[in-house]
Amino acid sequence: MAYSDKVLDHYNNPRNVGSFDKNAANVGTGMVGAPECGDVMKLQIKVNDESGLIEDAKFKTFGCGSAIASSSLATEWLKGKTVDQALQIKNTDIVNELSLPPVKIHCSVLAEDAIKAAISDYRTKQTKRTPAAQTVA
Amino acid sequence: MKTPIYLDNHATTRVDPRVVEAMLPYFTEYFGNAASRNHEFGWKAEEAVDRARKQIADLIGATPREIIFTSGATESDNLAIKGVAEMYAEKGNHIITAATEHKAVLDTCKKLEKHGYRVTYLPVMGDGLIDLDMLKESFTDKTILVTIMYANNEIGVLQPVREIGAMCRERGVLFHTDAVQAIGKVPVDVNKDNIDLASITAHKLYGPKGVGALYVRRKAPRVQITAQMDGGGHERGMRSGTLNVPGIAALGEACAIAQKEMPEESKRLRYLRDKLKDKLQSGLDEVYINGSMEHRLPHSLNMSFAYVEGESLLMGINDVAVSSGSACTSATLEPSYVLKALGVGDDVAHSSIRFGIGRFNTEEEIDYVADKLVDVVKKLRELSPLYEMAKEGIDLSKVSWARD
Repeated sequence: MAYSDKVLDHYNNPRNVGSFDKNAANVGTGMVGAPECGDVMKLQIKVNDESGLIEDAKFKTFGCGSAIASSSLATEWLKGKTVDQALQIKNTDIVNELSLPPVKIHCSVLAEDAIKAAISDYRTKQTKRTPAAQTVA
Repeated sequence: MKTPIYLDNHATTRVDPRVVEAMLPYFTEYFGNAASRNHEFGWKAEEAVDRARKQIADLIGATPREIIFTSGATESDNLAIKGVAEMYAEKGNHIITAATEHKAVLDTCKKLEKHGYRVTYLPVMGDGLIDLDMLKESFTDKTILVTIMYANNEIGVLQPVREIGAMCRERGVLFHTDAVQAIGKVPVDVNKDNIDLASITAHKLYGPKGVGALYVRRKAPRVQITAQMDGGGHERGMRSGTLNVPGIAALGEACAIAQKEMPEESKRLRYLRDKLKDKLQSGLDEVYINGSMEHRLPHSLNMSFAYVEGESLLMGINDVAVSSGSACTSATLEPSYVLKALGVGDDVAHSSIRFGIGRFNTEEEIDYVADKLVDVVKKLRELSPLYEMAKEGIDLSKVSWARD
């Protein structure tokens, strides 16, 4: 299968790889997918308490090149957005940006799910204001 | 060293230049139809076919008249299984095969099930071998055929064909083996191995695609099969169709070369395979070998790299041609059914790579591939949330994953 240049670029130079402390109150963690399905994405956001902006994002992905590229791209897009703006990111935006073929659309769906899961985790923590247990969404 | 490096010799092999040489005259100079009995052109073609028949027979301990030419192993498998099923329908309707067979065997058996035949699909053990006790229990008085491959195309595991054949012989049941991965790689002897029918293809042993053969035993027992195509009654009525003379000459030459060079070649390939395995095992933690190492083709290796997905791994070694059991690399988006039959988890199947080392690979290439793979796996593990969790001591099998 031929990959687009952008997929190759994210695969070869993945952006924002890593992890935040998942117990921090201003960190939201989304983990989606399952090993036996061949894709697991962990996506984390760190929200600035004062501005409400996502000041940093990190990911780790087990999956094909398109899954890696989708989550890498998502972390780039998340930075600087408010949580509400982040929820506007759609999988189709990722498909278009990376020129994903139809068989790889599920990778973009997974990335969208990971964003939503991370935000949901963040919001749950904000409501409770207590350190949340590890969430595997 | 030239890239890309070809390490997918279970899929197909490069045609040996000596084989090309052997087939070329039959396109132009001696282009006759081997069935033309009344002129020189036909005689020359027939001579080439006869020579090839002998070369193939010699390699597997058969006689030339037991070799039926076909278009390849898929046709040979179909002809053997359907041909026996039809010919021996009055004797019984039960066939035994295994879960890890090639689709050419499995789908042929499934087709027969629709026509009233009963098929037992034997599971395999964790090492990929069938359980002979289970085979023994599967025979019924209606069993007419057992079809079990000689060597598996994904994991390279050699089945105990000699024992299987002996069990069939004792019970008067015919034994067919898809031997495409084994012939020319390990010694195959239809008499010692108690084989009644064997599928052969040229392109797995440094010959061209589109030509193969079926070995059909003529004595003790004399095996009969019903032809599956109607036509001019070629190949003693078992397979009609004008013979592919250049292809047949090539298959013959490929067999002759294999017979001559197998002892040296298998030693060399085993050395390279073991070197690849050792380098990967010493360079990385948590790599697993799929299938028995003991009962395996010398040039074959199938390994899983935990916490790394196969397609992304292939992407990282894009100047190396190998295959993966990952769903993402298959047309069906399902992970390898062969690996699943071994009982390895889907996650391990997703992480698997099949290496098939061949006649034209060099030690330099193997070193390059091993080093590169170690680097890429390490890099992808840095990216892998599963590796991170495992290192934190989390048991991944106990996590409740969100499934799509």
